[in-house]
Amino acid sequence: MLRRLIPILLALAVLGIVTGIAALMIVALGQDWSDALFWLFAAVMIGSALLVVTMKDIIRCGLAMIVCFGALAGIYVILGAPLIAAAQVIVYIGAISVLILFAIMLTQTKDAPSRLVFQTQAVPAAIASVILVIVVALSIAATDWGEAADRVRLATSDLSRVLFKDYVLPFEIVSVLLLAAVIGGVYLAKREKGGPS
Amino acid sequence: MSDSLDAYLVLSGMLFAIGSFGFLARRNAISMLMSIELMLNGVNLAIVAFGAFGTAASAAAEGSIVALMVMAVAAAEATVGLAIVIAIYRNKKTPLVDEYDSMKQ
Repeated sequence: MLRRLIPILLALAVLGIVTGIAALMIVALGQDWSDALFWLFAAVMIGSALLVVTMKDIIRCGLAMIVCFGALAGIYVILGAPLIAAAQVIVYIGAISVLILFAIMLTQTKDAPSRLVFQTQAVPAAIASVILVIVVALSIAATDWGEAADRVRLATSDLSRVLFKDYVLPFEIVSVLLLAAVIGGVYLAKREKGGPS
Repeated sequence: MSDSLDAYLVLSGMLFAIGSFGFLARRNAISMLMSIELMLNGVNLAIVAFGAFGTAASAAAEGSIVALMVMAVAAAEATVGLAIVIAIYRNKKTPLVDEYDSMKQ
């Protein structure tokens, strides 16, 4: 019983520490809400993404992925793109995560529990990922992006006006692509008649 | 900190690197698909950040629109990818990718 509670307590402790750091940043360092929320969401997102790629139980990986997508939706809100945040919640948390969880449940094997989670190339892959982060961070820091002095908060009505006036053709092509993908997915996952169940 | 482009870009790079690690290192095919979703989310964050911090007047709208298109394509990719994984699972009875070696023989 106590062993079951350990992950929950650990998660609560991590959440408490992160929230405490955010509150400390607001109170002690005099930063504003958006900074503190940015750090909070970034920490939750990176932490749960690490859990997605390292945890043994794959269904827990799927649930951690939902947390990661939710934190990313929060970051979109801070960034000033509320429509993208809403689409993130609807598409990723609502549709793709459920699809992945169903696929996990369909492909779980009881007789051969795979205790070996990683390939043999896991250590070189980890080194390559760390090097990738370092290179990306260095190149971002070294580049002058020439960013705008004041950010415009985009209204959703303006966004939809641009989307349905200038970008109608890509929008329709994407909808046709989605239809084709749905038909292809149904065809691929369908059981053949007389085949092996 | 939340007013600088660099923070968002570093965040998206970290998400992309975590996803690439998962794609290279995991054995389960569905774990690899989840890692691909993480990578797509990282790229999406970079696109939206570039749009929000762009100097052109229409940059924010265009960044958001490209991000929406990426989301739709990611949904299509997840549909087809998971259908392929389920179809292979029906034949080979395992979700582990290092068992999928029948094309080698």
